[in-house]
Amino acid sequence: MARIVVQEADFDAGAEIARLNVAGVGGIGSFIGTVRDDGGLKALHLEHYAGMTERAIAKIVAEAESRWPLLGCTVIHRAGRLMPGENIVFVAAASAHRDAALSATAFLIDWLKTSAPFWKREEFVSGASEWVAAREADEAAVKAWDRA
Amino acid sequence: MRILYFAWLREKIGKSEEELALPPEVETAGALVEWLKALGPGYEAAFARPKLVRCAVDQDFAAPDAVIAGATEIAFFPPVTGG
Repeated sequence: MARIVVQEADFDAGAEIARLNVAGVGGIGSFIGTVRDDGGLKALHLEHYAGMTERAIAKIVAEAESRWPLLGCTVIHRAGRLMPGENIVFVAAASAHRDAALSATAFLIDWLKTSAPFWKREEFVSGASEWVAAREADEAAVKAWDRA
Repeated sequence: MRILYFAWLREKIGKSEEELALPPEVETAGALVEWLKALGPGYEAAFARPKLVRCAVDQDFAAPDAVIAGATEIAFFPPVTGG
Protein backbone atom coordinates (compact mmCIF):
# COMPACT_ATOMS: atom_id res chain seq x y z
CA MET A 1 0.00 0.00 0.00
CA ALA A 2 2.75 2.41 0.90
CA ARG A 3 4.92 3.82 -1.86
CA ILE A 4 8.56 4.31 -0.78
CA VAL A 5 11.11 5.66 -3.24
CA VAL A 6 14.73 6.83 -2.92
CA GLN A 7 15.94 8.46 -6.10
CA GLU A 8 18.22 11.17 -7.51
CA ALA A 9 15.52 12.51 -9.83
CA ASP A 10 12.95 15.10 -8.81
CA PHE A 11 9.34 14.14 -8.12
CA ASP A 12 5.98 15.46 -9.29
CA ALA A 13 4.12 16.29 -6.08
CA GLY A 14 0.81 16.87 -7.87
CA ALA A 15 0.93 13.48 -9.55
CA GLU A 16 1.90 11.81 -6.27
CA ILE A 17 -1.00 13.39 -4.41
CA ALA A 18 -3.42 12.44 -7.22
CA ARG A 19 -2.23 8.84 -6.98
CA LEU A 20 -3.36 8.73 -3.32
CA ASN A 21 -6.88 9.90 -4.09
CA VAL A 22 -8.56 6.50 -4.17
CA ALA A 23 -12.04 5.35 -3.12
CA GLY A 24 -12.77 6.13 0.53
CA VAL A 25 -10.19 8.90 0.83
CA GLY A 26 -11.56 12.14 2.26
CA GLY A 27 -8.28 13.92 2.96
CA ILE A 28 -4.64 13.84 1.88
CA GLY A 29 -1.92 15.49 3.95
CA SER A 30 1.41 16.27 2.29
CA PHE A 31 4.77 17.83 3.09
CA ILE A 32 7.62 18.86 0.79
CA GLY A 33 11.09 19.58 2.17
CA THR A 34 13.30 21.77 -0.02
CA VAL A 35 16.92 22.93 -0.03
CA ARG A 36 16.79 26.20 1.91
CA ASP A 37 18.60 29.00 0.12
CA ASP A 38 19.94 30.97 3.08
CA GLY A 39 22.69 32.72 1.18
CA GLY A 40 26.11 31.24 0.57
CA LEU A 41 24.88 27.71 -0.06
CA LYS A 42 25.95 26.35 -3.44
CA ALA A 43 24.61 22.81 -3.18
CA LEU A 44 23.48 20.15 -0.73
CA HIS A 45 24.81 16.60 -0.97
CA LEU A 46 22.56 13.83 0.31
CA GLU A 47 24.34 10.57 1.11
CA HIS A 48 22.38 7.52 2.22
CA TYR A 49 22.84 3.90 3.21
CA ALA A 50 21.54 2.07 0.16
CA GLY A 51 19.96 -1.14 1.33
CA MET A 52 19.03 0.09 4.77
CA THR A 53 17.27 3.30 3.72
CA GLU A 54 14.10 1.83 2.25
CA ARG A 55 13.92 -0.72 5.05
CA ALA A 56 14.17 2.05 7.67
CA ILE A 57 11.50 4.13 5.93
CA ALA A 58 9.23 1.07 5.69
CA LYS A 59 9.44 0.68 9.48
CA ILE A 60 8.48 4.33 9.99
CA VAL A 61 5.55 3.92 7.58
CA ALA A 62 4.42 0.73 9.35
CA GLU A 63 4.40 2.64 12.65
CA ALA A 64 2.27 5.40 11.10
CA GLU A 65 -0.12 2.81 9.68
CA SER A 66 -0.50 1.27 13.14
CA ARG A 67 -1.38 4.65 14.66
CA TRP A 68 -3.82 6.03 12.09
CA PRO A 69 -6.35 4.46 9.68
CA LEU A 70 -4.46 5.32 6.50
CA LEU A 71 -5.69 4.43 3.02
CA GLY A 72 -2.38 5.26 1.38
CA CYS A 73 1.01 6.69 2.12
CA THR A 74 3.94 7.92 0.04
CA VAL A 75 7.53 8.79 0.99
CA ILE A 76 9.99 9.95 -1.68
CA HIS A 77 13.49 10.99 -0.60
CA ARG A 78 16.05 12.31 -3.03
CA ALA A 79 19.78 11.59 -2.85
CA GLY A 80 22.81 13.07 -4.59
CA ARG A 81 23.69 16.72 -5.25
CA LEU A 82 20.77 19.16 -4.94
CA MET A 83 20.70 22.89 -5.65
CA PRO A 84 19.08 25.59 -3.46
CA GLY A 85 15.32 25.62 -3.98
CA GLU A 86 15.19 22.03 -5.19
CA ASN A 87 12.93 19.42 -3.60
CA ILE A 88 14.50 17.01 -1.11
CA VAL A 89 11.66 14.98 0.33
CA PHE A 90 7.97 14.31 -0.22
CA VAL A 91 5.66 12.79 2.37
CA ALA A 92 1.93 12.26 2.00
CA ALA A 93 -0.74 10.32 3.83
CA ALA A 94 -4.34 9.69 2.79
CA SER A 95 -7.24 8.81 5.06
CA ALA A 96 -11.01 9.10 5.30
CA HIS A 97 -10.66 12.20 7.48
CA ARG A 98 -8.23 15.07 7.80
CA ASP A 99 -7.04 14.43 11.37
CA ALA A 100 -5.37 11.14 10.50
CA ALA A 101 -3.97 12.44 7.21
CA LEU A 102 -2.42 15.55 8.76
CA SER A 103 -1.12 13.84 11.90
CA ALA A 104 0.40 10.94 9.97
CA THR A 105 2.13 13.35 7.59
CA ALA A 106 3.72 15.27 10.48
CA PHE A 107 4.68 12.02 12.21
CA LEU A 108 6.33 10.66 9.04
CA ILE A 109 8.51 13.70 8.41
CA ASP A 110 9.50 13.99 12.10
CA TRP A 111 10.57 10.35 12.18
CA LEU A 112 12.30 10.50 8.80
CA LYS A 113 14.57 13.20 10.15
CA THR A 114 15.84 11.04 12.99
CA SER A 115 15.46 7.45 11.78
CA ALA A 116 16.27 7.26 8.05
CA PRO A 117 19.98 6.86 7.25
CA PHE A 118 20.62 10.05 5.27
CA TRP A 119 23.43 12.56 5.80
CA LYS A 120 23.59 16.09 4.41
CA ARG A 121 26.80 17.88 3.45
CA GLU A 122 26.61 21.57 2.62
CA GLU A 123 28.76 22.95 -0.18
CA PHE A 124 29.23 26.73 0.12
CA VAL A 125 29.86 29.35 -2.54
CA SER A 126 33.11 30.15 -0.68
CA GLY A 127 34.40 26.67 -1.56
CA ALA A 128 34.06 25.38 2.00
CA SER A 129 32.12 22.21 2.69
CA GLU A 130 30.70 20.86 5.91
CA TRP A 131 28.57 17.96 7.18
CA VAL A 132 25.30 19.09 8.74
CA ALA A 133 25.10 18.29 12.47
CA ALA A 134 22.00 16.59 13.86
CA ARG A 135 19.61 18.99 15.60
CA GLU A 136 18.39 18.40 19.14
CA ALA A 137 15.07 19.97 18.11
CA ASP A 138 14.53 17.07 15.67
CA GLU A 139 15.05 14.53 18.48
CA ALA A 140 12.64 16.49 20.66
CA ALA A 141 10.02 16.49 17.89
CA VAL A 142 10.18 12.71 17.66
CA LYS A 143 10.03 12.26 21.45
CA ALA A 144 6.85 14.35 21.51
CA TRP A 145 5.12 11.58 19.52
CA ASP A 146 5.71 9.17 22.43
CA ARG A 147 3.18 11.15 24.40
CA ALA A 148 0.77 11.64 21.50
CA MET B 1 32.58 -9.36 8.32
CA ARG B 2 31.58 -6.48 6.06
CA ILE B 3 32.06 -3.08 7.71
CA LEU B 4 30.58 0.08 6.15
CA TYR B 5 31.31 3.74 6.90
CA PHE B 6 29.22 6.77 5.96
CA ALA B 7 29.53 10.58 5.84
CA TRP B 8 32.47 11.98 7.84
CA LEU B 9 33.38 8.57 9.25
CA ARG B 10 33.91 7.40 5.67
CA GLU B 11 36.04 10.47 4.95
CA LYS B 12 38.21 10.11 8.06
CA ILE B 13 38.77 6.39 7.52
CA GLY B 14 39.29 6.88 3.79
CA LYS B 15 37.06 4.07 2.57
CA SER B 16 33.36 3.31 2.38
CA GLU B 17 33.58 -0.38 3.19
CA GLU B 18 35.94 -3.23 3.94
CA GLU B 19 35.91 -6.94 4.75
CA LEU B 20 37.55 -7.69 8.10
CA ALA B 21 38.19 -10.90 10.03
CA LEU B 22 37.38 -10.08 13.64
CA PRO B 23 38.98 -11.82 16.62
CA PRO B 24 36.44 -13.82 18.68
CA GLU B 25 36.71 -11.49 21.68
CA VAL B 26 35.09 -8.68 19.64
CA GLU B 27 31.52 -9.58 20.55
CA THR B 28 29.61 -6.29 20.52
CA ALA B 29 29.33 -3.19 18.34
CA GLY B 30 31.05 -1.19 21.08
CA ALA B 31 33.93 -3.66 21.28
CA LEU B 32 34.25 -3.46 17.51
CA VAL B 33 34.65 0.32 17.75
CA GLU B 34 37.49 -0.11 20.26
CA TRP B 35 39.13 -2.72 18.02
CA LEU B 36 38.80 -0.55 14.90
CA LYS B 37 40.33 2.45 16.70
CA ALA B 38 43.61 0.55 16.93
CA LEU B 39 43.80 0.03 13.15
CA GLY B 40 45.24 3.47 12.42
CA PRO B 41 45.00 7.22 12.91
CA GLY B 42 42.08 7.57 10.49
CA TYR B 43 40.03 5.08 12.53
CA GLU B 44 41.10 6.72 15.75
CA ALA B 45 39.93 10.11 14.46
CA ALA B 46 36.63 8.70 13.17
CA PHE B 47 35.78 7.06 16.50
CA ALA B 48 37.31 9.73 18.77
CA ARG B 49 33.89 10.93 19.96
CA PRO B 50 31.72 7.85 20.53
CA LYS B 51 28.64 9.98 21.23
CA LEU B 52 28.69 11.13 17.60
CA VAL B 53 28.81 7.62 16.19
CA ARG B 54 25.74 5.51 15.42
CA CYS B 55 25.70 1.88 14.38
CA ALA B 56 23.54 -0.52 12.38
CA VAL B 57 23.82 -4.31 12.55
CA ASP B 58 22.49 -6.01 9.42
CA GLN B 59 20.73 -2.76 8.46
CA ASP B 60 18.92 -2.19 11.76
CA PHE B 61 19.94 0.55 14.19
CA ALA B 62 21.85 -1.00 17.09
CA ALA B 63 23.17 0.10 20.49
CA PRO B 64 26.85 -0.27 21.49
CA ASP B 65 26.02 -3.38 23.52
CA ALA B 66 24.41 -5.10 20.50
CA VAL B 67 25.87 -8.55 19.89
CA ILE B 68 27.47 -8.81 16.45
CA ALA B 69 28.13 -12.56 16.31
CA GLY B 70 26.66 -13.99 13.12
CA ALA B 71 26.05 -10.57 11.56
CA THR B 72 27.08 -10.06 7.96
CA GLU B 73 27.11 -6.27 7.78
CA ILE B 74 27.95 -3.63 10.40
CA ALA B 75 27.71 0.07 9.54
CA PHE B 76 29.04 3.10 11.40
CA PHE B 77 27.82 6.64 10.74
CA PRO B 78 27.05 10.02 12.37
CA PRO B 79 23.57 10.87 13.69
CA VAL B 80 21.30 11.05 10.63
CA THR B 81 20.34 14.38 9.06
CA GLY B 82 17.86 13.56 6.29
CA GLY B 83 14.36 14.79 5.67
